Amino acid sequence: MIEATAVGRTFRVRGSVVHAVRDLSFRIEAGEFVGCLGPNGAGKSTTIKMLTGILAPTSGRVTVAGLDPSRRRTGLARRIGVVFGQRTTLWWDLPLKDSFELVRLLYKVDREVFRRRLGELAELLDLGGFLATPVRQLSLGQRMRGDIAAALLHDPALLVLDEPTIGLDVVSKAGVRDFLRRLNAERGTTVLLTTHDLGDVERLCRRVLLIDHGRLAFDGTVDDLRALVPGETSIEDVVAHLYLNSPASPRTPPAPRPSGDPPSVTA
Amino acid sequence: MVRTYALLAWAWTRAAAQYPLSFAVMTVAGFVTSGLDAAVIWVIFANTRSLAGFGVAEVMFLYGASSLAFTVADLLFGNVDRISRHIRAGTLDVFLIRPASPFVQVAVDQFVPHRVGRVVQRAVMLGLALSRLGVPPGRAWMIPVMVASGIVIFAALFALSGAVQFLLTGAPEVANAFTYGGAQLTQYPLNVYGADLVRGVTYVLPLAFVNWQPGLYVLGREDPLGLPPLLRFLSPVAALALAGAAALAWRAGIRRYRSTGS
Repeated sequence: MIEATAVGRTFRVRGSVVHAVRDLSFRIEAGEFVGCLGPNGAGKSTTIKMLTGILAPTSGRVTVAGLDPSRRRTGLARRIGVVFGQRTTLWWDLPLKDSFELVRLLYKVDREVFRRRLGELAELLDLGGFLATPVRQLSLGQRMRGDIAAALLHDPALLVLDEPTIGLDVVSKAGVRDFLRRLNAERGTTVLLTTHDLGDVERLCRRVLLIDHGRLAFDGTVDDLRALVPGETSIEDVVAHLYLNSPASPRTPPAPRPSGDPPSVTA
Repeated sequence: MVRTYALLAWAWTRAAAQYPLSFAVMTVAGFVTSGLDAAVIWVIFANTRSLAGFGVAEVMFLYGASSLAFTVADLLFGNVDRISRHIRAGTLDVFLIRPASPFVQVAVDQFVPHRVGRVVQRAVMLGLALSRLGVPPGRAWMIPVMVASGIVIFAALFALSGAVQFLLTGAPEVANAFTYGGAQLTQYPLNVYGADLVRGVTYVLPLAFVNWQPGLYVLGREDPLGLPPLLRFLSPVAALALAGAAALAWRAGIRRYRSTGS
């Protein structure tokens, strides 16, 4: 579903070159549920933006759903759904259902298919109470459920979420998590999310990618991640330990990940 | 592209229609204020019988043709100059994940239907000028051609000014100098300006093709600056060339877009 090969992205900031992402390689198969972790500024969002076609990589190759994202942006948009926790993709002044109708028209979803799909999503995400409310009047939890529904109306094979639970209360968070788990388990939709909430990771993700200083620092299961730091039992403490002990600037090149499956770590 | 534009414009129009009184007031206000804008011509002609050799109806015609083209381009594409705001706020990311042209989405975002008031006023002004001029049918065909070319030229300027903002994110004003400045410049007969400026807007930034060169043909006038007479038929060519350059620049801008933090 996703294949990244030696991907790098540099930015020129006041004459000097900053490597936001360097030499990143990983594969995500159809049906996986993957969480992407990393401290602020580690390169998570840059990675997500390269996978969704927003940014073009400066080196390496990305293939998502069989397409090169930045070159086949509109083709890719029909095959994937994207949710930004920090900003809405809905129309601020329009009632939620009008936003959905616009999404239907933009994505050219057949009217009957749309009606059925919206019915399902409205039930699963409990949207019924505020379909007629303008988006600007929705609570953050309602808005996020609306955004997730909008990203799924065209039934994409891959759903990418950038911090979907940020700022949500416990109940809304549980609702979103439950929905994502069912989406992945029952519909087989591949899910990739970034988060700072380790509860998301523990409850949802079968696989974790840890990005630090623009490199892949860990790739494996949650249990493997926990096993990395002997003596720490809570995932929170493990991740804090990894973030704190990561080199300020990478002094050694990351060890190439062995072809078998034992997780490697360079943090 | 047209379909996407129409869909989104309709959505914004419906959103504006939630406040019908405000919509009506703004439309009428646009009509009236742009009428006052045009009244400057009467002030000028209260003091003189001709402006650089052109009579009041001729100046009204040049002004009307240019500003009709500009107000239509501004209605449809004027919001492209908000691109630096979209870049800074991160909303451009949202446009880029939809299966539609980001140019169309930026252009139609916050579409303001009440700008139609100004378009109507300019159309009325052009109509009045033409009724006083009595242009022979043999030359009148050029009028729609010049207005259409003018719309394309101003739209291309908006696109170029948007493309420039991918490089200079903080400086929409620089870009505005060309769009709004261009609209101001072409409202009067170009020979009121220096010959070098006229050559510049003929051969470099093709503003002279909005109304001046084709307008001379419609009015049946010699070029006061003696430029080649063929130029007066080249408005569509100049418009397409500028539109091509704008499309390339826009594409390059999107390609080197760097997005914001989170």
